[in-house]
Amino acid sequence: MTNEALQALIGSWYPNPEATLPPEKKEAPTSDEALPTEEIVVNPSLLEFNEEGSQFLNIKVAPEKLHSLMERLKQDEQTKFDYLFCLSGVDWGAELGVVYHLESTIHRHIVVVKVHTADREDPTLDTVYDLWATAEFHEREVFDFFGIKFNNHPNLKRLFLTEEWEGFPLRKDYEDEINMVIK
Amino acid sequence: METTTKETNFKSEEYFINMGPQHPATHGVLRLLLTIDGEIIRKVEPDLGYIHRSIEKMCERDSYQQIVHLTDRMDYLSSNINNEAVCLTVENALQLEIPERVKVIRTIIGELTRISSHCLWWGVMGMDVGALTTYFYGFRDRELINDIFEETCGARLTMNYNVPGGLMFDIHPNFVQRVKDFLVHFKTKLPEYDRLLTGNVIFHKRTKGVGILTKEDAISFGASGPVARASGYSCDVRKHHPYSALDKVSFNESLKTEGDTFARYQVRIQEMWESMSIIEQLIDNIPEGEHRVTTNAVIKLPKGEFYQKVETARGELGVYIISTGTKSPYRLKFRSPGFSNLSLLNHIAIGGKIGDLVATMATLDLVIPDIDR
Amino acid sequence: MTKALSITKGVHDWLFSIMSENVASIVEMVLIALVYLGIFSVAGLFLVLIERRVAAWFQLRIGPNRVGFQGLLQTMADALKLLSKELTGTEKADKFLYNLAPYFVIITALMALAVIPFTQEFHAFDINIGIFFLIAISSIGVIGILLGGWSSNNKFALIGAMRSGVQTISYELSIGLSLLTMILITESLQLSQIIEVQKNGWLIVQGHIPAIIAFMIYMIAGTAETNRAPFDMAEAESELGAGFHTEYSGMKFAYFFLAEFINMFIIAAIATTVFFGGWLSPFGITEAIPILGVFWFLAKTMVLVFLMMWFRWTFPRLRVDQLLTLEWKYLLPLNLMNIVLMAFIVWQNLTIQF
Repeated sequence: MTNEALQALIGSWYPNPEATLPPEKKEAPTSDEALPTEEIVVNPSLLEFNEEGSQFLNIKVAPEKLHSLMERLKQDEQTKFDYLFCLSGVDWGAELGVVYHLESTIHRHIVVVKVHTADREDPTLDTVYDLWATAEFHEREVFDFFGIKFNNHPNLKRLFLTEEWEGFPLRKDYEDEINMVIK
Repeated sequence: METTTKETNFKSEEYFINMGPQHPATHGVLRLLLTIDGEIIRKVEPDLGYIHRSIEKMCERDSYQQIVHLTDRMDYLSSNINNEAVCLTVENALQLEIPERVKVIRTIIGELTRISSHCLWWGVMGMDVGALTTYFYGFRDRELINDIFEETCGARLTMNYNVPGGLMFDIHPNFVQRVKDFLVHFKTKLPEYDRLLTGNVIFHKRTKGVGILTKEDAISFGASGPVARASGYSCDVRKHHPYSALDKVSFNESLKTEGDTFARYQVRIQEMWESMSIIEQLIDNIPEGEHRVTTNAVIKLPKGEFYQKVETARGELGVYIISTGTKSPYRLKFRSPGFSNLSLLNHIAIGGKIGDLVATMATLDLVIPDIDR
Repeated sequence: MTKALSITKGVHDWLFSIMSENVASIVEMVLIALVYLGIFSVAGLFLVLIERRVAAWFQLRIGPNRVGFQGLLQTMADALKLLSKELTGTEKADKFLYNLAPYFVIITALMALAVIPFTQEFHAFDINIGIFFLIAISSIGVIGILLGGWSSNNKFALIGAMRSGVQTISYELSIGLSLLTMILITESLQLSQIIEVQKNGWLIVQGHIPAIIAFMIYMIAGTAETNRAPFDMAEAESELGAGFHTEYSGMKFAYFFLAEFINMFIIAAIATTVFFGGWLSPFGITEAIPILGVFWFLAKTMVLVFLMMWFRWTFPRLRVDQLLTLEWKYLLPLNLMNIVLMAFIVWQNLTIQF
């Protein structure tokens, strides 16, 4: 499926109750020209879609809806994203986030799901281990380096670093005078 | 980590055995905590991090040319393909026009790397199941490829021949002839290797029906490369998302459906034949042209996110760069094939014996620096 | 009887002439023990070197050829190195058993070596239960392995020892039964008698089909008895470190190591004696020079030793349960049927005599 079709389909799963626009205006937020979308139109879906600066369709979802969106992405016949090939943690500066790259082995299309959490003290997200078994190790790695905890994870403990390590190294505010060489 | 032991008397109780980090069968510094009941494995828990060098954090500080040098310390057996991955990501982001010559040479060297990695894998596989002579035969042929690389790229293991924009130097004048001679030699050797291991009844008994991975599990665990192809999941990145000169060559994807250790073994042997066929299609027609496109001395990627997949000898390597327009990436994530392949070890080793675990690990073809980064 | 062979008789007579009978017997036995210890060490050294050269030949390399002419002194150098190594023992190891274990394997190897006929005169103890004695001795050898693994207080060693123990006990059956098959022709357990019978043709020819089957079973079971590849699960280097001798270093390790090679030699020697005519020359061509019997014996034994080395460097190893399946489900029934077949052939005088 093309990115537009995917966007229409996935967006329709979480319709925005505030959206009362006629259908033709829905095209505006998805065009590649840089339109300041936020002031003019209200997003028809509760999910945010973005394609600029990336070759795949990016979906931004709120943490509460993460698991249900993922489940639906995996199970829906038209999307059928059964291959999670990359799960990365990112420190966006103010927020911490996780980026999921999903591929379908049947339709061979790819989407990127992003979720942010503003809580830097005790960030928590839902695990997707029950959907893709590969997430077990990837989420442990994200916990190890960023500190993001995952609910319902079977074995959430540090993966690469030792148990006693303090701090989360891949965060941007991590300091270590002895080991880090900063240019 | 639990270290209490329960002595096995006459009741079958479980006890812990620690395999590694220094161990002849775990290819690299991997520590496995096995919970065993007699000879049957109940649980395998890998303990990683012994060779973690925080490559991803270093990449946030280094320039893109320096990052290329870090990549071939990850999966050092397919170092050329790793370099190619990062270079392709940078070039696609900058939308550079890469000359055809560069693409063809990159593909040839990538396939030679794949053959050399599989030669080493074959040697070590035989050694792990007990046929100690295969180690020498596999390394002997790997040496020939290493010699070709040394002449052209300057190094035997960590080549760094690819730079963003092309190749560091042009190929040596002897390169084409040496590769052709190697192909002629290797075509007579590979059937010999087949007869030594593949046709051996003891080898069949050690590997058939052992460590079975179903297709659904392979997809769910994110397996890629020969591990997934042996279970029937067609995932060759060279077919589905071709890069460099791979869309110009025709080759078959090696697929099997049984998903056991023997199928994974056969897939890799088949891949060696396919790689040789790819090289043969390209080696005679290397187009003339520049070997490098000049880029700025300081490469800055435009703002955005870039993902590039390549097929290393182990599976699908992904390079994910989030760039904010500065000279280093904001975040660089390597999706390493071994990481996902290791996560399914627990699933397929349970219920088997220790000997099966060793044979299974040999066919998963893990390179631990690739997992630990 | 030429001069050379009357040495043993001459020494025997001289000893008995100068001392009383009891003392002379004891001195004679001490001399024999010393000579055999010498044979044991030299044979051990030589076999290790041969193994390394043969392995190198299979692996397309050269092997040790620097120390001494063609590497002949290589094992001496290794033995000296092992002597100078620190004997590391583990703290919680059972000290008495830990120290005792290597001696079991050495003593059984030496005892077996003592009854093998090198040539007509060069036969230390020609007891009338020769074959039975040999099989019984190899059963004692397994105690050394089990003790070594258990007393090391090391899980890997214990697993290795258990595997080895179960493997040895199983394959002894096959060895015993395949040798029994040949005893049906010779009608005697005494080793010199077995060789006498072979003056009419080697037993493997006399017994034709069942003898060939018995020989093949014997070689498989013999390789398994000595824990060599493809049956070396007990010391599988790529699985469990070093198996039952993980915790041994220095001279004690050398004992286990040497004992394995001597066991291989003994298995080959028994096969030579029972199947291939021992020290008899083919077609009796050098019957007039009995001292050449040593040469023929060693030549035949070395061929079989080379065969065992060939196995080691070619085949992958069997998993433990496959090993036991092979013995109990395949070799044992085959062996039993073979005995019946051989008995039938002997009864009907269908053996090939020259």
